[in-house]
Amino acid sequence: MSERELTYRAAINEALQLEMRRDESVFIMGEDIAGAPGRDDPEMVDAWGGVMKVTEGLVREFGPNRVRDTPITESAFVGAGVGAAATGMRPVVELMFIGFMGVTLDQIFNQAAKMRYMFGGKAKIPLVIRTTIGAGFRAAAQHSDATYSTFVHFPGLKVVAPSTPHDAKGLLIAAIRDDDPVIFCENKVLYDTSGPVPEGDYTIPLNSAGHPREGSDVTIVAISRMVNLSLDAAERLSAEGIEADVIDLRCLSPWDENAILESIEKTGRLVVVDEDTPRCSVASDVAALAATRAIGFLDAAVQIITPPHTPVPFSPPLEDYYVPDVDSIIAAVKATL
Amino acid sequence: MELDRDRLLWLYERMRLIRAFENRLHDDFAAGVIPGFCHLYAGEEAVAVGVCAHLGDDDFITSTHRGHGHCIAKGVPVDEMMAEIRGKVTGCCKGKGGSMHIADVDRGMLGANGIVGGGPPLACGAGLMASIRGTRQATACFFGDGGSNQGTTAESLNLASVWKLPVVFVCENNRYAETTSTDYSIGGPDIAGRGIAFGMPGIVVDGQDVFAVYEAAGEAFRRARDGEGPTLLECQTYRYFGHFEGDEKKYRTRDEEGHFRERDCLEGFRKTVVAGELLSAAELDGIDEASEAAVVKAVEFAEQSPLPEPAECLDDVYVSY
Repeated sequence: MSERELTYRAAINEALQLEMRRDESVFIMGEDIAGAPGRDDPEMVDAWGGVMKVTEGLVREFGPNRVRDTPITESAFVGAGVGAAATGMRPVVELMFIGFMGVTLDQIFNQAAKMRYMFGGKAKIPLVIRTTIGAGFRAAAQHSDATYSTFVHFPGLKVVAPSTPHDAKGLLIAAIRDDDPVIFCENKVLYDTSGPVPEGDYTIPLNSAGHPREGSDVTIVAISRMVNLSLDAAERLSAEGIEADVIDLRCLSPWDENAILESIEKTGRLVVVDEDTPRCSVASDVAALAATRAIGFLDAAVQIITPPHTPVPFSPPLEDYYVPDVDSIIAAVKATL
Repeated sequence: MELDRDRLLWLYERMRLIRAFENRLHDDFAAGVIPGFCHLYAGEEAVAVGVCAHLGDDDFITSTHRGHGHCIAKGVPVDEMMAEIRGKVTGCCKGKGGSMHIADVDRGMLGANGIVGGGPPLACGAGLMASIRGTRQATACFFGDGGSNQGTTAESLNLASVWKLPVVFVCENNRYAETTSTDYSIGGPDIAGRGIAFGMPGIVVDGQDVFAVYEAAGEAFRRARDGEGPTLLECQTYRYFGHFEGDEKKYRTRDEEGHFRERDCLEGFRKTVVAGELLSAAELDGIDEASEAAVVKAVEFAEQSPLPEPAECLDDVYVSY
């Protein structure tokens, strides 16, 4: 019997549905996550189901009290998520694009991230902020970032970025059940991708890496959609007799250092592929880990493939130039050999 | 307004304890035994106490950088507060927060806040919790005239209004945001009107008169708990000390300070209840003495408490990591 397949979008929707059924304290809120709030016309219910349709159908099952459309007021509703979490709820807040963190950053990094510490461990903030990352939609500079590194930098936050439907579901359920604030980064280019997703609930540890391909010649550490590109690159490299060990760094904070280090120990070569901009990034963090903890195993300089240090451009040839591609990954691998 | 004897005693005890606590900190800061910054609440006691008189243990408050008065009014023990302000491990935040982040979540005090305007969204969240669960819990959101100009405050007033959240917004207009007077910083005739603009009652209250605060807050919390939505109270008050300890207050006149000290909330309370034969001067004197004694005991507790071990720096970032 073949395994059930779901899209990345449907896997996230199912995780929300299962957790809302399981736990009355879980609720979701954000801009247009159902759509047409306050309208009595039944034809208008669930008018959007989220701008990416990730939350479609949930308002019909759980109602507008727990599937709560917000005004466009990111500071207030993200902060309300923090306050509700501090007082016993498990909010899942949708921040439509990661670029919008610019208007609500105080509530994330001064409030959510620091409250437990400032209060001597006497508060817990079981909050999930779901947001979208990723270029490729010609959506230009404010709707295409992959700036998860910003959140990795803040103590008190956990950050995850799944690359597969399977991981999206398991990591989101784990994030909702976790007692710390989690930034959950969904790559919008992946929403229509499909893969096997088990029925029912399951969790994936929030400090674990995936290991989608084994190989002995070179380690490729990649994040989110860059994992998919890295696997494509690995296929082509394999045809040339080069076997890549691909690590899916799905958990960014905390992260699975040992998975990276063990792979480097095996291969002696490291390529990091990251869609975030290069400075002070997860990519540079991985390179630093290799330099400080695995230098004796490295046979070549670490290669880092990222976009240039620019905002995401609009025009198709510009955006295509910006995002790392399979060819650039292959070239980086060959540079280590 | 009917206030029974126990309630009158409670109002005076809390206000007097805040005053004693803050006066002692003023002296201790000058003596150099308080690390960091201290923003003192002396002068504004009627606001915190008149508001928190309506709150139970399972209600919530959000606070500001000037949060000691809110803590005491909400029932945070002064021993734990004084230890926290001294950076001791017995403090209510184990020495991790200090004066500016003093908190007691178990008692519904969601933290003093070093970010002006940081609290109102959090208050909406506590209100949202009660609203979703259908409880009668209410939340008081304290902020200042400075905080009234932050976008988070405007957003929170609107969100609380459209969702009819059980939140009472309490603006403590003490006329100065650091050195900047409200004459300079507030567009429009007052702050209360901003509540009206967002569809809620916006009421100017004499923040030096605990009876006036108590009465206005009583109606505001009734509305909140009955599902009628938020209220904005603009309580006009004055801080006796500077923005922080060490501030020379060169931005205001001694005449102005004298004018407000003549309208002191404790003296006003005393005159009213003694003249009305509600409480005796001797009873009030007894509370004065007890307050001073409680603060002396808090200082002793703090002084005798150990400092944290340095490696405790590493604890309490996450529940698990």
